[in-house]
Amino acid sequence: MPTRAIPYVKVLVHLICLFPLMGMIYAYRSGALANDADPVNTLTHWTGDWALWWLFVSLAVTPIRRLSPKLSNLIRFRRMLGLYAFVYATLHLSTYVFLFSGFDVQAALDGVRAGHLGVIGTQLKAVWPTMLDDVLKRKFIQVGLFAWVVLLALAVTSPTFMLRAMGGKNWQRLHRFVYAAAIAGCIHYWWMVKVGVRTPWKDSAVLAVLLGARVVWTVWNERRKAKMVAVKAA
Amino acid sequence: DNKLKTVDSKYMVSETQTTMQKATTFNNFYEFGGDKSDPSHNAHTLQTRPWTIQLTGMVKKQQTVGIDDLMAYRPLESRVYRHRCVEAWSMVIPWDGYSLSELINFAEPLPSAKYVQFISNLNRKQMPEILGGFDWPYSEGLRMDEAMNPLTLLCFGCYGEALPNQNGAPVRVITPWKYGFKGAKSIVQIKFTDKQPRTLWNDSAPNEYGFYANVNPQVDHPRWSQARERRIDTGVFPHMVPTQMFNGYSDQVASMYNGMDLRKNY
Repeated sequence: MPTRAIPYVKVLVHLICLFPLMGMIYAYRSGALANDADPVNTLTHWTGDWALWWLFVSLAVTPIRRLSPKLSNLIRFRRMLGLYAFVYATLHLSTYVFLFSGFDVQAALDGVRAGHLGVIGTQLKAVWPTMLDDVLKRKFIQVGLFAWVVLLALAVTSPTFMLRAMGGKNWQRLHRFVYAAAIAGCIHYWWMVKVGVRTPWKDSAVLAVLLGARVVWTVWNERRKAKMVAVKAA
Repeated sequence: DNKLKTVDSKYMVSETQTTMQKATTFNNFYEFGGDKSDPSHNAHTLQTRPWTIQLTGMVKKQQTVGIDDLMAYRPLESRVYRHRCVEAWSMVIPWDGYSLSELINFAEPLPSAKYVQFISNLNRKQMPEILGGFDWPYSEGLRMDEAMNPLTLLCFGCYGEALPNQNGAPVRVITPWKYGFKGAKSIVQIKFTDKQPRTLWNDSAPNEYGFYANVNPQVDHPRWSQARERRIDTGVFPHMVPTQMFNGYSDQVASMYNGMDLRKNY
């Protein structure tokens, strides 16, 4: 890709990444969401799916770059893709906090409209024990929350000045946790579905390919290096 | 025309009813796929005529009854029940049928029969989307006193119409004080036994789905609290309501469980 095309492609990537969110807003405004039997569940799956999918797209950048030197500037898009994964993961967490926990959204909205912002705090205080109970008791929530905390740490340290402040080595060490987040995301999905339901297999297969590609590349690279050393020695 | 002739019932919940559109497009019926919307898309392949129900096991005489005779056997009452899924959502649905006890009396079980098993239809040709990994056919069961409780409905319709395929046509059971999975759909055999029958969900994950499956806000499912439920209604935002013991049917059913530890027998 020519370097001067990058800013334009970036705008395009932003639009593509925002597309699912705009779809959600459209479904809300058009009434399609209200016609859905269980809008809360739909929103939760929607945001959870996209969080995982953007994370996978960001994890695909490195293996694809390695295919050809011409693709090397794809690295310029990796940060924004990762940040979008975090944005969707945060929306996903929000569906839990505001829609699943018993938080009364309607009361909060009415309160805010009437100028009583405190109603949000009151509502959060009311559902806090339920959420704490969930976090302590339910392992699918624990593993999901772990993935989100990792993505939060990566998002916070994503600006270039943070990389400089941390030093490349430390930064890379931290950012390798993205693999843990992706694996935790898949486990979260498996532990959430009922026994016998296998829908998470597709996501797991994609992740396996993405991680496998790295293993293959490392092994191949080591061999190549070993060969070069052997040639030199001869 | 699917309209049924029904009579009034004394079993009427006065809460706002779930729309028929939602109650017929949001179903757990894994023979027709694992997504809630799958059964409404896939269950049209189910053939509900001819249809017979076998009355077997510990009965005076094994017999087979046709669905149309069964439907005409007693007047169909229109009963409005709360419907609580183990997944912590709920609906309010008008079901049409008569008490299962009527059929049990007709079947004349032997005094030694202590349980009733319901076996659902299994026809893989008509169920191309059936989920793997389950011990099909679907099987559920009730203790005899539960099966004889007047609340237990032998159900042929909802919203005044014959049951849509995705809701368990042509005949299913409804036990409104229990989680929805206890209500076997598309029943082809009713078997009377002296031992607790196998049930599909209990076989699949005994720590999650007990034999009794009584709605109980104090006993959590491993993955979610059962203290509250999401009422499926017309809003976008969740309408959360506190879950009631026995789904609000304590007066009619609690006495059947006197002396039982409901934490152990969940």
